Amino acid sequence: MRFIPHTEDEVQAMLEAIGASSVDDLFRCIPEKLHLERELDLPLGAGEQTVLSELSALAKRNTDASGHDWFLGAGTYPHFSPAVIDTVASRSEFLTAYTPYQPEMSQGTLQTIFEWQTMTAGLTGMEVSNASMYDGASATAEAALMALRITRRNKVVVAAGLHPHYRDVLATYLSGLGCELVEGERAGDGRSAPVDGLIDGDTACVIVQQPNFFGCLEDVVGWAETAHAAGALLVASVAEALSLALLTPPGEQGADVVCGEAQSFGLPMGFGGPHLGFLAARQSHVRQMPGRLAGETVDGEGRRGFVLTLSTREQHIRRERATSNICTNQGLCLLMATVYLALHGRHGLRALAEANLAKAEYAKARVRETPGLSLPFSAPTFNEFVVGLPGPAAEALGRALDAGAVGGLDLSAYAPDLGDALLVCTTERASRQAIDRLVAALAGGAR
Amino acid sequence: MSSAPGSVESLGHATRGLAWEEPLLFERGRPGRKGVDLDPLDVPEVDPKQLLGEAAVREEIPELPELSEVDVIRHFTRLSTWNYAVDLGLYPLGSCTMKYNPRLNEKVARLPGFAEIHPLQPPEQSQGILELMVRLEEALAEISGLDRVSLQPAAGAQGELAGIMMIRAYHEQRGDPRKKVLIPDSAHGTNPASAALNDFECVPIPSGADGVLHPESVAEVMGPDVAGLMLTNPNTLGLFEEHIVRICEIVHEQGGLVYGDGANLNALMGRSRPGDMGIDVMHFNLHKTFSTPHGGGGPGAGPVGVKNILAPYLPIPVARRDGDRFALDYEFPHSIGRLHGSFGNVGMLVRAWAYVRSLGRDGLRQCSDMAVLNANYLLARLRERWHVPYDRPVMHECVLSDKLLEDCKVTTLDVAKRLIDYGYHPPTIYFPLVVHGALMIEPTESESLEGLDRFAEALLSIEREAREDPDVVRSAPHRTPRSRLDETRAARKPILRWQPS
Amino acid sequence: MAETQIPEELAYTAEDEWARREDGQVVVGITDYAQQQLGDVVHIVFPEVGAAVTKGEPFGEIESVKAVVDLYAPIGGNVCAVNDDLDGAFEKINEDPYGAGWIIAIEPDEPAELDSLMDATAYAKHVAERES
Repeated sequence: MRFIPHTEDEVQAMLEAIGASSVDDLFRCIPEKLHLERELDLPLGAGEQTVLSELSALAKRNTDASGHDWFLGAGTYPHFSPAVIDTVASRSEFLTAYTPYQPEMSQGTLQTIFEWQTMTAGLTGMEVSNASMYDGASATAEAALMALRITRRNKVVVAAGLHPHYRDVLATYLSGLGCELVEGERAGDGRSAPVDGLIDGDTACVIVQQPNFFGCLEDVVGWAETAHAAGALLVASVAEALSLALLTPPGEQGADVVCGEAQSFGLPMGFGGPHLGFLAARQSHVRQMPGRLAGETVDGEGRRGFVLTLSTREQHIRRERATSNICTNQGLCLLMATVYLALHGRHGLRALAEANLAKAEYAKARVRETPGLSLPFSAPTFNEFVVGLPGPAAEALGRALDAGAVGGLDLSAYAPDLGDALLVCTTERASRQAIDRLVAALAGGAR
Repeated sequence: MSSAPGSVESLGHATRGLAWEEPLLFERGRPGRKGVDLDPLDVPEVDPKQLLGEAAVREEIPELPELSEVDVIRHFTRLSTWNYAVDLGLYPLGSCTMKYNPRLNEKVARLPGFAEIHPLQPPEQSQGILELMVRLEEALAEISGLDRVSLQPAAGAQGELAGIMMIRAYHEQRGDPRKKVLIPDSAHGTNPASAALNDFECVPIPSGADGVLHPESVAEVMGPDVAGLMLTNPNTLGLFEEHIVRICEIVHEQGGLVYGDGANLNALMGRSRPGDMGIDVMHFNLHKTFSTPHGGGGPGAGPVGVKNILAPYLPIPVARRDGDRFALDYEFPHSIGRLHGSFGNVGMLVRAWAYVRSLGRDGLRQCSDMAVLNANYLLARLRERWHVPYDRPVMHECVLSDKLLEDCKVTTLDVAKRLIDYGYHPPTIYFPLVVHGALMIEPTESESLEGLDRFAEALLSIEREAREDPDVVRSAPHRTPRSRLDETRAARKPILRWQPS
Repeated sequence: MAETQIPEELAYTAEDEWARREDGQVVVGITDYAQQQLGDVVHIVFPEVGAAVTKGEPFGEIESVKAVVDLYAPIGGNVCAVNDDLDGAFEKINEDPYGAGWIIAIEPDEPAELDSLMDATAYAKHVAERES
């Protein structure tokens, strides 16, 4: 076995040093009846060539974005990722290190986390960010748990536009604690309808997604006022992190916690993971934050260095009273996003966000002028929007696939009241010709 | 190597090299510099402020730098050289299983057919990945002796949360909600933290003087209000819980369930199966046992496996066979719900499957065999000069303590920092909590005999230094670009971000 | 174990708090032994002034880099002062646990409750037992 260095002679020499007669002897501490007396029912091991060929065959049976125009987003976005990102993320020193328990030999990871925390704080308009969470959904659930701790209340109110999977994960996390979860309704223009009637003195937080699941921009200022009037916190969840480069950040609009998903920053769609949850908050709430935090300090000679800090919040010290059971972060994903943000920088990221906006506006204009297609929502959008169709979404998606495109998300399972509708996303990867082809395919014969 | 025999250099092969000071990203660069050339816009430009309103559009973000591609790659390449990693050498963090991460895994995970696919594309467009997920589920079930597996949890801690949620839901569904969970004193801190997320009261159980859990101690606290027991086997002392069958019976007799923390599965593959021991639910750490990279602290993956009685409670969706097709199954009547926005850290599942295929039934067993051999060998090399709090045959890891160094006023922390000078990552320290000044060493199967010998010599050399020249140990590390960092200062006045001036 | 100071005139809890009568109030802090065990103190979660505390129940938390422990009230009553000077200067607890490192003051409901605490001799024995 190529990953195991031991030769027969070495095994014998080691057994002798231990004082064991055989390898079986080493397993004597396991009671007899628990010994597996057969081989595992799995194939024999295989060399690299065979394994690569088997997995390549599996990979080929998936429809992927390398050979298709891609308009499916809904929380996982088809952005372009520069070559430098994978190059850096493939470096052994980042890839095969663990959590920076020993700061003197982990400064690379720690400084990267510090840089990520800084940029995330800037993007969200918040004071502090943690070292990342599993994904946008669990980051949103952790934000809600944080609000429950801060306010010592027991109810969470979510706006209708929260990603349904985020809401589901939130419900799972809250179910263990017996907390109440209530959800508002969608307004006619695609935004979330006000939830004033649902908020009461036991409401810990209100959660609103920006842009929302349907791509519409919410009035975060108004949501913050509503939440604060009841003594609740406002949690803003952002599934399309690129929007933060263009839109006024929730932190400047009154949000108390800004969380979400940063897969857009250079991570592959990868069938939904691993992605990169983020969570940022006010300095005053830092001790109630979940997850790892890197902080600046000095070494014995006064030189700047970084360490994991405020660890007493965490499970390995506070155990059942920890702020979360999370042990690490999404280290490598955080590295990739940090490289992505460094490359794009202040102007590149803004230009990219504006390009996404322009593509969506172009696509919406084409939809508007195409018979059979419609834009059911009037609220402004960023790079994703809902298209009304002349017939079943499944058929429209079939026509799009024939034209070489994965055309969007069939909304029949998510918002049946919309009738035949698709959620369509246009990133910088969608060319004008591809958009034209998609619009024609979606319209089909309806002209 | 020309270094003197027995010297620091000769034992870990660490020597001096150039290391570059590297400022923060924000302290580099120049206004106007950029690291990407975006394609020219092929659609009409829009004015965001006009389109969305002045108030909706933000100003410049001072926390983003202005750098060229060269600046960026140098920055991160230089930072990388300040990290230690498995690819540089032995990384004996106990219960973390820092084994070699095969590069084939990385290659296959980057195939467009895995990397560039979307979680919401219809199953007919994702048959390949669904088949891979089903095969991995089946393999994990076979290795663990459990019936069903959900791959969704994104990390061990989330898998554990899923497991304990299922236990709670199971009792509630039977109209018998229970309040308490039993947790041995040697348990990892996530166990009580996950239990608390389910509003369970944690009842600690002391391990016996021999380091393992005894049926009497479990029987004493087990009762009809106890939902279950969480245990790790082998435990965090590296010892097999030899009374596990009886312990599981005691819990089952009173209607409770047993949760197995899968952190230490690397000791057991092909040798013994948690499901056969009486475990009802456990999580797997694919980043430990199944070689997916630790990535500087994630992403991991923490699939959860169950016996059939808990299958209706699994987090949804679960991949399954549907004739000769593969589908996503949402039909779990009492499911605890969703834990992840999609299907978990799928990229890690691809890597883990490549690993299972590379090793196969023969290689997986050999892997556990050699992991156990390595730990016992290290223990044999070290036990004469180091205090071994529970001196008996171990499985994949062993625990030492600093007790014999008390006279020299050298602590476990000092030993850990001195190991860095020898070119090694220190073991897990001060855990498990039941051992004062613990050093928890897990060499994994990846290490060769000569590598283990050098590491053992390094620890023996540090033990000599502690007696002869304790200051050099107490003030370590000496060879890193930074000496010991002031964690007190970091915690007293937290600086968690760079501030634009 | 380093020498630990255990002043004669104070009363002590089993959880390593000290208490001192002062103008009808009871001033509370942690002992020298406790600060040695904890290491450098980095944070305290104080109760609100006016909050009711119960003898033997937690009133706050004290943290070092690697540990966090509850602070237990040596006597029941209401918190009448917290030591704001510690904020940003938690090293005072390590440097002067019985003086500048005091943590809260309590307006006791039953001042006589203090008599049930350990005196310096009993506490010294309590410390010695745990060290052996």
